[in-house]
Amino acid sequence: MMNIRQALKLFLQACCARRVPDSGACPAGGESGHTYACTKGDGAEMAVDPQQAAVQHSMERIVWQYPPEQRYILAIMQDLQKEFNYLPREALSLTADHVQVPLGKVYSMATFYKAFSLTPRGRINFKACDGTACHIKGSLVIIDELHKCLGIKPGETTADGEFSLETVNCLGACAIAPVLVANHKVHAKVTATAVREIIKTYGGRVDEPVAN
Amino acid sequence: MSQLPTENNMNSRMILVCCGTGCQASGSLDVLASLRSLLASDTGTAVQASTKSTGCNGLCEKGPLVKILPDDITYCQVTVEDVPDIVKSLQDGTLVQRLLYRDPVTKQHYRSHHETGFYKKQHKLALRNIGEIDPADIRDYLDRRGYQALRKALAMSPAQVIDEVLASGLRGRGGGGFPTGRKWKSCAVVDHAPRYVICNGDEGDPGAFMDRSIMEGDPHTVLEGMIICAHAIGASAGFIYVRDEYDLAVVNLNQAIRDARAAGYLGNHIQGSGLDFDIEVVRGGGAFVCGEETALIASIEGNPGEPRDKYVFPTAKGLWGQPTVINNVETWANVPVIIDRGAAEFAAIGTAGSKGTKVFSLVGKVVNTGLVEVPMGTTLREIIFDIGGGIPKGRRFKAVQTGGPSGGCIPANLLDLAVDFDSLTAAGSMMGSGGLIVMDDRTCMVEVARYYVNFLAGESCGKCTPCREGISLMLEILTRITEGHGTIADLDLLENLSATVQAASLCALGRTAPNPVLSTLKYFRDEYLAHIIDHRCPAGVCKELTEFYIDADLCTGCGLCRKKCPADAVTGEKKQPHVIDAAKCIKCGECINNCRFQAVKIR
Repeated sequence: MMNIRQALKLFLQACCARRVPDSGACPAGGESGHTYACTKGDGAEMAVDPQQAAVQHSMERIVWQYPPEQRYILAIMQDLQKEFNYLPREALSLTADHVQVPLGKVYSMATFYKAFSLTPRGRINFKACDGTACHIKGSLVIIDELHKCLGIKPGETTADGEFSLETVNCLGACAIAPVLVANHKVHAKVTATAVREIIKTYGGRVDEPVAN
Repeated sequence: MSQLPTENNMNSRMILVCCGTGCQASGSLDVLASLRSLLASDTGTAVQASTKSTGCNGLCEKGPLVKILPDDITYCQVTVEDVPDIVKSLQDGTLVQRLLYRDPVTKQHYRSHHETGFYKKQHKLALRNIGEIDPADIRDYLDRRGYQALRKALAMSPAQVIDEVLASGLRGRGGGGFPTGRKWKSCAVVDHAPRYVICNGDEGDPGAFMDRSIMEGDPHTVLEGMIICAHAIGASAGFIYVRDEYDLAVVNLNQAIRDARAAGYLGNHIQGSGLDFDIEVVRGGGAFVCGEETALIASIEGNPGEPRDKYVFPTAKGLWGQPTVINNVETWANVPVIIDRGAAEFAAIGTAGSKGTKVFSLVGKVVNTGLVEVPMGTTLREIIFDIGGGIPKGRRFKAVQTGGPSGGCIPANLLDLAVDFDSLTAAGSMMGSGGLIVMDDRTCMVEVARYYVNFLAGESCGKCTPCREGISLMLEILTRITEGHGTIADLDLLENLSATVQAASLCALGRTAPNPVLSTLKYFRDEYLAHIIDHRCPAGVCKELTEFYIDADLCTGCGLCRKKCPADAVTGEKKQPHVIDAAKCIKCGECINNCRFQAVKIR
């Protein structure tokens, strides 16, 4: 039993590694992290791009601060999400390598848990609470208003990367419902009219209302 | 949080600023900073007062709250502008009248929050320290008999501790209501070390926030409960699984763990005994199903949080296949009380089948929203009307939803129901984690059912078919009804589907998912029929079936609705009846919610 498992693991690891043709040219520890860079055939040059190196460095700093055990995947991903506002593909590969599980395992967790996003979120991330208390006090009106003003639905980001919108199930601030959170700032007892003011305070442009 | 040295000068006053999430959102951190800077200035030093940031006081509606001890004065809705007046009143020995709590009905002012209707009927056990202590200072906890229960437990044998918890009649506060003592006992008898203790702080029920409040406002009580259990069952490690959204809870728990270690309440040879035990905080990933214990265990192990069938309970095979006791935050908070004061005192509170108190988060369409803790057996009427102050804006009470997405809606004719685990189940709902969401005649019950089913459809982990497919199908039908395309046959179909999902789902999430639908069908069938047959939403919520109009006889032309309307759909001259342009109306309800003359009607 053990042998089959180990063999499977080695096979999967080999598969992961094979996706990087010239992994030897990449700095240690970042093999699969440089999939895109390396496959362009100019791996060494891409790897020294200072900005990219800095990103790589901060990814490694986050991932490597945890012991290489499966139970830390969630914690690692949370720190990555906080740092980058989403989970870059390279970071997921780095995590999988570090805790020695197949990339698919990490991916399954990244997509299962709601806290994570695989695409970058906007500079201002609006979390509209749609918990029960907020819901019956009109959270849908707020979500509609945000949609109307910003042109994005929950889960989307504006084209200029300024605003994202997501709905969350209860932030535990039910007594001051309905609640809208912009990054970490909690706005209490929000109305449709207040939504426009809030968007303006974060530098957004709000057109005058157009009926339907 | 508060790192300022606190002088224990007998003459000095203590100013407690509530820094729970609700008050923070209303600006309590600014109030605290302003108080501190003013007290440190020349004018302030004469007052001889120190400040403390506390956890949630419960009455979030009136936040930010500022309490002054030992005078026992409570100020509500304090802003930075009020701070100089408060400091001056301390100097003069007077009261700032305008900031006192004012009863919405009697218009009477109260000097202390303890005298108000909101607090008078409460009985605080789990919340006993919250709002009174600085959660980041272990000395505050120790001053209020903190860790005394642990000392007492360590002097007892493990079996005696379990017997005490059994005798108290404590039942799990997370929703299941399983007797805590029995859970501990069945874990202790499994001869397989190591054993683990888990605190379930993955408070996912929308509308419930008592666990958040306890973890933020009194983290040591959770630790103490877990350490007592570790002694009782012989556990070596503990985990607290907290929702990642609860930033402050994670910070305060970690701080408490560090302080408890330093003080010898965690680590090796706890308080000179043979007990070695430590606790670690695990941050959740935002999946509702992880509140289910086997899913939570899978999540701690580093897997997607999918539940498993419980042929074997976690008490026999839990975390990493080892015997594990898993209890909810509020349950843990009750354990030190039971050990310290004795099981008999605890068991004297409550009803025959449900002992002690229960914390409810009273939210929705109620005047005093916030956290309340009452003895089991208190009636819904007492909670909603005596403590909660009734329904705002003179509207009519329609229903109260209990038990989160797995619970049900209880109608007005059951308001005198004495609330405990068994009575709520008999009424077709459940205790759940203790959310009480009050609904008035502006809440559409069909839409509420759709809301919960939509929530559960999104949170179903997808492992078993009845839950995954059944709930999606129910959502489809309910959506159809709220959009005006429902048929009478849909109601039978809903009931059939509900029966299958209840019977065949793997875990409690699926098995209880139909509750909101079944309870609304049972008590509010007429609303379903209004949607299906009359194509109207009586509450004016479902947009496709709603049209607002202004009753010209009642309209005074005050213009409030015109100002509030975000779509410019209301027109009219001052002091003349106004008109709503149905083509422009976005049906947001701002007009009807704000009209003081009940002139806005639903067609």
